[in-house]
Amino acid sequence: MPYSRSGKNNFGQTSRRAFLRKAAVIGSAALAGSAVRGASASGTNNLPPNVPEWMKVPGDPMGSQPYGTPSPFEKNVVKNISKNLPQYLSASGRTPLQDLDGIITPNGLFYERHHAGVPAIDPAQHRLMLHGLVERPMIFTMEDIRRFPSISRIHFLECSANPGYKKPYGKTASDLVGLLSCAEWTGVSMKLVLQEAGLRPEAKWVIAEGADAAALSRSIPIEKCLDDAMIAYSQNGERLRPQQGYPLRLILPGFEGNMNIKWLRRLHVAAEPAYSREETSKYTDLMPDGTAREFTFVMEAKSIILRPSGNQRLTETGYHEITGIAWSGRAKIRRVDVSVDDGRNWQEAELQEPILTKALTRFRLPWHWDGRPAIIQSRATDETGYVQPTLAELVAVRGENSFYHNNAIWPWRIAADGEVSNAAND
Amino acid sequence: MLQMIKAHAIALAAVSMVAATGAEAQAGYGIGRAATPAEIAGWSIDIGRDGHGLPAGSGSVSHGREVFENQCAACHGDKGQGGIGDRLVGGQGTLASSKPVKTVGSYWPYAPTLFDYIRRAMPQNAPGSLSNEDVYAVSAYILNLNGLLPADAVVDARTLAAIKMPNRKRFVGDTRPDVENPACESDC
Repeated sequence: MPYSRSGKNNFGQTSRRAFLRKAAVIGSAALAGSAVRGASASGTNNLPPNVPEWMKVPGDPMGSQPYGTPSPFEKNVVKNISKNLPQYLSASGRTPLQDLDGIITPNGLFYERHHAGVPAIDPAQHRLMLHGLVERPMIFTMEDIRRFPSISRIHFLECSANPGYKKPYGKTASDLVGLLSCAEWTGVSMKLVLQEAGLRPEAKWVIAEGADAAALSRSIPIEKCLDDAMIAYSQNGERLRPQQGYPLRLILPGFEGNMNIKWLRRLHVAAEPAYSREETSKYTDLMPDGTAREFTFVMEAKSIILRPSGNQRLTETGYHEITGIAWSGRAKIRRVDVSVDDGRNWQEAELQEPILTKALTRFRLPWHWDGRPAIIQSRATDETGYVQPTLAELVAVRGENSFYHNNAIWPWRIAADGEVSNAAND
Repeated sequence: MLQMIKAHAIALAAVSMVAATGAEAQAGYGIGRAATPAEIAGWSIDIGRDGHGLPAGSGSVSHGREVFENQCAACHGDKGQGGIGDRLVGGQGTLASSKPVKTVGSYWPYAPTLFDYIRRAMPQNAPGSLSNEDVYAVSAYILNLNGLLPADAVVDARTLAAIKMPNRKRFVGDTRPDVENPACESDC
């Protein structure tokens, strides 16, 4: 609990903590209007013209939280983890996208997908081995890796199944596409590390392996390894979280999440892919004719409106900002169009800078809700000219069983009472 | 700090060496050390689709049944029908239907991958705990359950790699972008 440490202090803590306990937690799911109006259960004592209680006693002293945590009033903004999973070792937890602003995902809310739990790795005992079709097979310590020239870049990561193609679709934006997050990654260009060992001419693939209990392995084309691939040790300025691969992971900008091997321990340079279980029986896309696409790496352009979105409620007519995120695994986002009339007409949304390649881009559109039912949706176009498709367009080509790489437009239904729901579930 | 200065000096030395020789292949920072053959042998567990890297040893379907019952059935079902863990058996002929069943028998393209995956990741509660013989045996048993090996079969590196998985030729490349949205703007 965020305030468990404050018991060590004695500057007016009793009354303050008692107040915090009594105060109703204001859920973040409601829209801004209701949050502002939502005076706490302790009534109006802290509202004008009264001076609020937290101005009458000193606050928590320095050191009450050596590692800062969110306000207790934000306790409901947590990862979205299903309570009905068959097991939790090979499982995923989602980012609460609709509760966040901007383009950077806080590290504690970054989505998780692991295949055999989260290993507890001592970085002093972690090694990266580089072998195969190289001139000099090598081993690197974490200190070694951090000696290489460093780079920092902002990129999204997205699970390839985010979401599937079949009903029922999720109720909230997080349920739908919450296996998506974005961070500033710091590490070393993979190219530099490969060059340290010297690639042989036959080198065409690099098989990357994690030090988790699944020893998860994926094969990466050498072109990607020599382009923008990174071996990262930090995320948003601090060392990777264990759930994100501490102490070392791959970042393959724009490629499906599972390829960005966490807890990276081995790079095997090879002439052909490993055809590992993950890249044959799992992360392949089954087509209606029974064939399956393999090595489907790129996450194509996509967007979603986060406010208003599923399970939120518009409590007033009038001005509302429509805002959301767009991203593409191929390039920068060029534009986002928004429709507020069930797809009949589209308006170009404003893009918030920075607009970065293979990163989330925030968009917004001012809107006046007249109180009548409406269906709102967003459509991203990236710099390659690729336009985010509708679900119907995707299913017409891929059927409903391809499971991965669903980048459909998602429409939200706003009912007359302001309730927002997923129109694709109708 | 001294270490940083040293690192910087080494990097500078490496860079100036490159400049002097102009040899791109020699470019480097002098970071890291050589991996020994023994270290590589201990960590390199990749098995190629053609069986490259499969270890010595062998395993029988009958022994595999025992391994499976002890180590696998709790999650995958006593006949590989699935449970907490994936279904492993059946589904051949369903992939083009509305309810495809993807299993080792119906979907996996290469038998050596079964050895690779079981050895690296199974059983989930104790990966790496099975001997190579046990992994061969349980691979053979799963293939037997799928009708791909007779009950009296024994597999080793050569025979496992020789098995033709039914779905091996049904994988195709990535043809995306495969969907085109005309991006209508008004009166759509």
